[in-house]
Amino acid sequence: MVFTHFRRAPLALALSLVAFPALAASDAELDELRAQVRALRDSYEARLAELESRLARQATPAPAAVAAPAPVADGPRGFNPEVSLTLQGQYRRMKDIDERHISGFAALAEHDDEHDHGGERGFSLDHTELVLAANIDSHYRGLVNFGIIDGEVEVEEAWFQTTGMGHGLTLRGGRFLSSIGYLNAQHAHAWDFADAPLMYTALFGEHGNYGNDGLQLKWVLPTDLFAEVGVEIGRGAKFPGTDRDVNGIGSSAIFAHLGGDVGTSHSWRAGLSYLNARAADRHSHFEDVGGEEVTGDFTGRSRTWIADAVWKWAPDGNAGVRALTLQAEFFQRREDGDLSCEGEAGSACATAVDSDYRTRQRGWYAQAVYKFHPQWRVGLRHDRLDPGTRDYGDNNANIARENHSPKRNSVMVDWSPSEFSRLRLQLARDQSMAGETDNQLWLQYVMSLGAHGAHRF
Amino acid sequence: MTRLFLVALLCLGLTGPARAGLNVFATLPEWGALARVIGGDAVTVFVATHARQDPHHIEARPSLIARARQADLVVANGAELEIGWLPAVLSAAGNRAIQPGLPGYFEAAAQVTLLEVPARVDRADGDVHPAGNPHIGLDPRLLLTVGAALQARMAALDPAQAAVYDANWSAFRTRWQAAIDRWQARAAPLRGRAIVVHHTAYPYFTHWLGLTRAGTLEPKPGVAPGSAHLAALRDALAGQRVLAIVRPPYAPEGPGQWLAGQSGIPLLRLPIRVEASADEAGLTAWFDGMIDALLATQR
Repeated sequence: MVFTHFRRAPLALALSLVAFPALAASDAELDELRAQVRALRDSYEARLAELESRLARQATPAPAAVAAPAPVADGPRGFNPEVSLTLQGQYRRMKDIDERHISGFAALAEHDDEHDHGGERGFSLDHTELVLAANIDSHYRGLVNFGIIDGEVEVEEAWFQTTGMGHGLTLRGGRFLSSIGYLNAQHAHAWDFADAPLMYTALFGEHGNYGNDGLQLKWVLPTDLFAEVGVEIGRGAKFPGTDRDVNGIGSSAIFAHLGGDVGTSHSWRAGLSYLNARAADRHSHFEDVGGEEVTGDFTGRSRTWIADAVWKWAPDGNAGVRALTLQAEFFQRREDGDLSCEGEAGSACATAVDSDYRTRQRGWYAQAVYKFHPQWRVGLRHDRLDPGTRDYGDNNANIARENHSPKRNSVMVDWSPSEFSRLRLQLARDQSMAGETDNQLWLQYVMSLGAHGAHRF
Repeated sequence: MTRLFLVALLCLGLTGPARAGLNVFATLPEWGALARVIGGDAVTVFVATHARQDPHHIEARPSLIARARQADLVVANGAELEIGWLPAVLSAAGNRAIQPGLPGYFEAAAQVTLLEVPARVDRADGDVHPAGNPHIGLDPRLLLTVGAALQARMAALDPAQAAVYDANWSAFRTRWQAAIDRWQARAAPLRGRAIVVHHTAYPYFTHWLGLTRAGTLEPKPGVAPGSAHLAALRDALAGQRVLAIVRPPYAPEGPGQWLAGQSGIPLLRLPIRVEASADEAGLTAWFDGMIDALLATQR
């Protein structure tokens, strides 16, 4: 094909050159010109034939060099950096409960974590997320994710990641959402429900995920079955750890994921993760045996195992119209260390009491989300936690240990007229606090502007 | 115990399945077919998607990451068709060779001139692709342009097999050109006829055969057809001579069926990519099938 172009181009050029003077030329001159053109063409064709035969004889990739078009820019030609903005807000109807918490599970005392994330009743604006991402150079890619709300900009993620290590290795450094569990690395706007599973709130606080400042190394094995292992080390400032101002490693995590397809309609991923964090004077509120509020400062180790599994079905692998996602995660957390209990005059800890602290707790959630129309999905979720054993040593006499198994059932329906907008209605029966049954209603919107988001599995 | 597990993992990793020749990861079956045509037995080709999947709704599944991890060459369609999943797969795979900008990353759409480049890029216009319409595989002449560039790329990545690639490609080029001539001759009666499309996936096909587009079922690209739009389309089509309503296999049948019932225009299922098999036979059967289906409506 290329050669036919070569053959015609000089001919056309020659003809166009001769065309104008030929108008006024005599027949003899025309014949002469025709002969010249013929000679030109014959010599080109002979030369081309010779070139072609020479190329054919060569075993080197010379033909490739001839056939190759001018260097082309493979890859997205969008803005650099990619910018995306997510708008989130809601109307939420729920009981007026002072100091909401999950019974039996220690959480950071509220004044340590000032802002409320979606905990408000009525209309409220959630974080507006601004994400900038781009390749930094041929070695690194970078991303920053700002959570913006009233006079506050929170750096939710800010990391660089290698693109050029090869061998299945990827190193990430900076602040990132840990890859433990399944849901942890997802931001709130990507969740299938308006709120995090109880398990994630119990494990990591109101944010519902665990972020860390540090390093992550991931290795994807060279196998057809997806297998990935990773290790993370970092500052460990977030709950269940605390910022301890040390030179060493504050928290570390390891994780392994397996995944694959079954036929054309099914795909799955399963994982096992372990998080090891350290806390110093982690400030929590407890209720003493007389019902008064006391504070407990925990110093020690917090170790969490998470097992996760996701199964997705779409008829013939086409998720455009119908699809089902089943997802479940289970955790077990052990915390060992010391507890210092303090309280106001009249409470059981009016004089500070130091004791051992040892908890063994677990919980799980399971959910199903069914897409029954290109724009509509419904979802069901069940959350359940087991407060397990809590041994506060000498403080067993001072701190009440509620024997309540928190649970919650949620149902949602969402409508996504396009990939970039989603409106959701969610109803939940929340029994995460002893003695309270809270029937909640959410109307939520999630809208994204700018760069096209990734369809993560 | 943990140590034993890690050692076992390491062994598994180091003794991964050995493959001969280039390991190609093709996002679409037509590009997989071209890689197979060029590479023959000298390459291993993995095709990530098939014709019955909506290309806009693919997820970065673990299985795709595992295959991309082992690839020497990614053959992508480009023009943002895979924007939802390919960047995520490439970023998770930890494979340096296939990153955009390197020889191991090839984009078909970058080799040709795209149609329907939007004058303005606004999501209010639906799921528009700023670079132009990405469904280039439906013009068989473009497969020759893309294939020539792909053959050059494969030869550059694997010089030892360059002569094989060149020979395979030259032979295919001749057969394919003959097939194009045959299709054009058969489709001559279709020239100037109009079709209604479900999604704007067919401009390269209509451009090639001289068909025109009388309307789209989707009010905007990627937006599901609503009843008001369909009724307006039915009214607009009244009195027009329309050959067929065509839909890709992954699109729901309902809207097209409704319009077909209202207007009497036949509804056809025209795959926008190779459906039978990602090889030369599949490529040929694909175009044969589409032209057969359109010609059949004329009888």
